[in-house]
Amino acid sequence: MIRQLAVFLENKPGRLAAVADCLAKAGINIRALSVAETKDYGVVRFILNEPEKAKEALLKEGYAVIETEVLAVDVPDKPGGLASVTSLLAKEGINIEYCYASVIRLKESAILILQVDDKERASALLKEAGIRLLTQDDVKAI
Amino acid sequence: MNQFYSEEEGLSREELKNLQSGRLKAIVNYVYERMPFYRKRFDSLGIKPEDIKDISDIKKLPFTTKQDIVDNYPLKLLAVPMKEVVRLQSSSGTTGKNIFIPYTKNDIELWSDVMARSLWEAGVREDDIIQISYGYGLFTGGLGFHQGAEKIGATIIPASSGNTRRQIQIMQDLGTTIICCTPSYALYMAEVGNEMGVDFASLSLRVGIFGAEPWSEEMRKEIEKKMHIDAINIYGLCEIIGPGVASECLHKEGMHINEDVFYPEIINPQTGERLPPGEKGELVLTTLTKEALPLIRYRTRDICSINPEPCKCGRSFSRLSRIEGRADDMIIVRGINVFPSQIESVLLSVGGVAPYYEIIVDREKGRLDTLELRVEVSESFLSDEMRSLEELRQRLEEALESALDISVNLTLAEQGSIPRSEGKAKRVIDKREIFQRKGGERK
Repeated sequence: MIRQLAVFLENKPGRLAAVADCLAKAGINIRALSVAETKDYGVVRFILNEPEKAKEALLKEGYAVIETEVLAVDVPDKPGGLASVTSLLAKEGINIEYCYASVIRLKESAILILQVDDKERASALLKEAGIRLLTQDDVKAI
Repeated sequence: MNQFYSEEEGLSREELKNLQSGRLKAIVNYVYERMPFYRKRFDSLGIKPEDIKDISDIKKLPFTTKQDIVDNYPLKLLAVPMKEVVRLQSSSGTTGKNIFIPYTKNDIELWSDVMARSLWEAGVREDDIIQISYGYGLFTGGLGFHQGAEKIGATIIPASSGNTRRQIQIMQDLGTTIICCTPSYALYMAEVGNEMGVDFASLSLRVGIFGAEPWSEEMRKEIEKKMHIDAINIYGLCEIIGPGVASECLHKEGMHINEDVFYPEIINPQTGERLPPGEKGELVLTTLTKEALPLIRYRTRDICSINPEPCKCGRSFSRLSRIEGRADDMIIVRGINVFPSQIESVLLSVGGVAPYYEIIVDREKGRLDTLELRVEVSESFLSDEMRSLEELRQRLEEALESALDISVNLTLAEQGSIPRSEGKAKRVIDKREIFQRKGGERK
């Protein structure tokens, strides 16, 4: 399991830019990102190469940072790649709360960030099925 | 005298003063005998009912505030046995709970009478068709007008508020001659009527009686022009009786205060000192004849002035100016009173948000007032899942709507985004231009 940082932002011009700027100044690299929004506000979720340093920088600028653990799954980059993961979880009744793909592609696979209602069981199931899960060190090394 | 609804309206100032003096002595005795709240307060100040000999002695008496009513929630201030109470109406309190005001049969009769006077002086007669578009229910608007119109014998259409297209349809089809609602709702009706292609000049509509929220002379002109009517200003508050405390005649030069039953004073809201006629200050009212909950020197927190000069219409009652502001932070949205403290107590009871919030009241031209609330989500409630944030937002919105009786548009704000002044947020931003600005001064 890896660390995800999420930031609560109001849905108005310049807010995402300000967060991106804060991370840039701290020399942080973004590995994956997703934005979920409503009319008035949104949540930006990040997978970062150095989460600890990033968190410090964000807190210093007054952002509310929500830290959670998520799964980073190495998914074969071919038709049916995503389906192989999702159908496995579906069969076991594990609900996916949200998921998004990494901005980086590995050689023959992609990274899928998954939030599920039962992380322990999901990671055990995926490993059992021969699907690789990335560690924090993997994310840093990409 | 046929020109007035009640003969009291035509009393000379001397006769009026005698009547007020007699009634003040009686009500002071009454509250001292029947209400432990007043007895304790008078005793602690060393005031005996005998000390009150005529109306000028009223200044010896202590003030009563809304907080006193809130502190005695729900009905600890009753001066009669509950079986004599025939009605309860309510108004917003300063916390999440509303306050309740009790009425005896005679109180309802008094209310009907002052409302009949108000409607009569605006020209309402028994052959009029009066459409009452104030909300019916706990709010005093709907029933107050209803009772007065019924007393006169006019034909009442109890339309209540909302469903604006139907309101206009009714106006057209039934030939409404008198419309009663909040002034902002009148403007909204005019706007919707326009969209429907209604020519107001061709309707039977003659007079509109508007109140429950502050408005300006500019708004009066706008309503009169758009609806082709005379727009009349009326004033009242639930604690005293409801609408009907003061109201304009067709000369439209200030609201005649029903002084024979509600004694008015203007004070400096900081010092409590009485101000001479014509000076602007806080209106204080004493109910001279009310039975269930008489109030002595009740501080309305409304800022206005009193003109003692007799009116062209011949009524001797002094006249109240427009309400020009508030001595506290109460805001009035679509005729409903809202205290920031009410909002705060709802937020705290639901939880999940930081104590930083901002209330934004706005009125786009020709639209109804909107109440927007921005609150900062507390750190412990922040989530990376939209579902739980949306749930929190909805829960807050529902709790606020049920406490305030008005729809609220709640938005979740980023931490630190609401401006703080001395650690506390600046709470209310009122973008409506209701109060006339003089020399750059603004409420």
